[in-house]
Amino acid sequence: MRTSIILKTPLKNEEIAKLKAGDSVSISGVIYSFRDAAHKKLIDLIIQKKPLPFNLSGQIVYYMGPSPAKPGAVIGAAGPTTSSRMDVYTQYLLEQGLAGMIGKGSRSMEVKQALKKYKAVYFAAIGGAGAYLSQRIKKAEVIAFSDFGPEAIRRLEVENFPAIVINDIFGGDLYQQTREKYKL
Amino acid sequence: MERRIIEVGKITEAVRNLCQEANTQLPPDVIAKLKQASLKEESSLGKEVFSQLLENAEISSQSKIPLCQDTGLVVVFVELGQEINLIGGSFYDAINEGVRQGYKQGYLRNSVLSCPLERENTNDNTPAIIHTEITSGDKLKITIVPKGGGSENSSGMCMLTPADGIRGIKQFVLQQIESAGANPCPPIIVGIGIGGNFEKVAFLAKKALLREIGEPNKNRSYAELEEELLCEINNLGIGPQGLGGRITALAVHIEAYPCHIASLPVAVNIQCHASRHKEIIF
Repeated sequence: MRTSIILKTPLKNEEIAKLKAGDSVSISGVIYSFRDAAHKKLIDLIIQKKPLPFNLSGQIVYYMGPSPAKPGAVIGAAGPTTSSRMDVYTQYLLEQGLAGMIGKGSRSMEVKQALKKYKAVYFAAIGGAGAYLSQRIKKAEVIAFSDFGPEAIRRLEVENFPAIVINDIFGGDLYQQTREKYKL
Repeated sequence: MERRIIEVGKITEAVRNLCQEANTQLPPDVIAKLKQASLKEESSLGKEVFSQLLENAEISSQSKIPLCQDTGLVVVFVELGQEINLIGGSFYDAINEGVRQGYKQGYLRNSVLSCPLERENTNDNTPAIIHTEITSGDKLKITIVPKGGGSENSSGMCMLTPADGIRGIKQFVLQQIESAGANPCPPIIVGIGIGGNFEKVAFLAKKALLREIGEPNKNRSYAELEEELLCEINNLGIGPQGLGGRITALAVHIEAYPCHIASLPVAVNIQCHASRHKEIIF
């Protein structure tokens, strides 16, 4: 196994500046999970200059809508969803101080440029490893938009959550770099 | 002749169980293929992905936590023998009731919206998408496929012209997979439909995913095309989870059908590594 960089949330600028595309990280602390529907609603609130349900500064969003928790369990399966659907919303959240995103799949050129500008980082978790990843989530609580069901905003406490840096603040893009390496 | 009678309540019960089993038990052929592919993977990150996926399958089957949080839109393939008499209510209602019960009892995610524009959740993962084929005899076969959104969104179809030929088909398939990149959760299984017409070709691509993984098409020329495409897809270098590597696809399955003199329809339906399907025969 490759060694992982230990990250604690909220992320600090100097920590983000050390991350490079291809680094494996292990994240502990609070992260927030939400996806398409909550993004749309948050951006509406931002445009209307209304207060947000939580402070985004230094935080990480995990693009994920879990399956329901069984009795006694913290959460159900909890793997990443495709990030590119969130591309149109991302700049708004970065302006609010969002420091990191966890998802899967590549981002638009606009998002990659915004990551450089706002000094934020994009991670990927293993898509389709929902049962495996759920074990790294120690607490889960719906904090907003509960009527969205799986798409509600959740505050998650994670321990050693494994992810890989895809896009860093220097323009590095792991998907592009590795594909070129293995293309025949 | 005596017709065989099947009570639709039995179908509800079966679908309920199939939904729960399919979402927590990766089929043995898929597990074997993942193990085999991980040995061929050269990238260290890619090897790590394979080991996490195999561990995920283990955890899921033991703890009954779904393999993936996206427990899908349920696609149901029915082969209904024409000598069967279904009694006790509507056949389609019985299937949907099975989905409803299975998703509730199995703590599976409700991922279906009643209206694509209003986007309100039906909160019971119904309706399923049901494809019924009438067959000879008195057997009833039901296959359920919970299909996730990420891989489905990466799928596509194209009405090629006869002049495009095999080259055009390959070009379309490779483009589709290259632009999908990491989105459909590689390593993927690629279902390809060739021929038929506009709607038939998409159905063929989906049906191709039901085949045992890596089992070649019975027609030799299609089997050869499957092999060539698998090689060319893996040469793209996308790799497990798009993180670079030798294994982008585990298998390519082609289904073909006669078509119009003017057309060469082709469709690609991508299946993520969590290739979930479960069947029952009555």
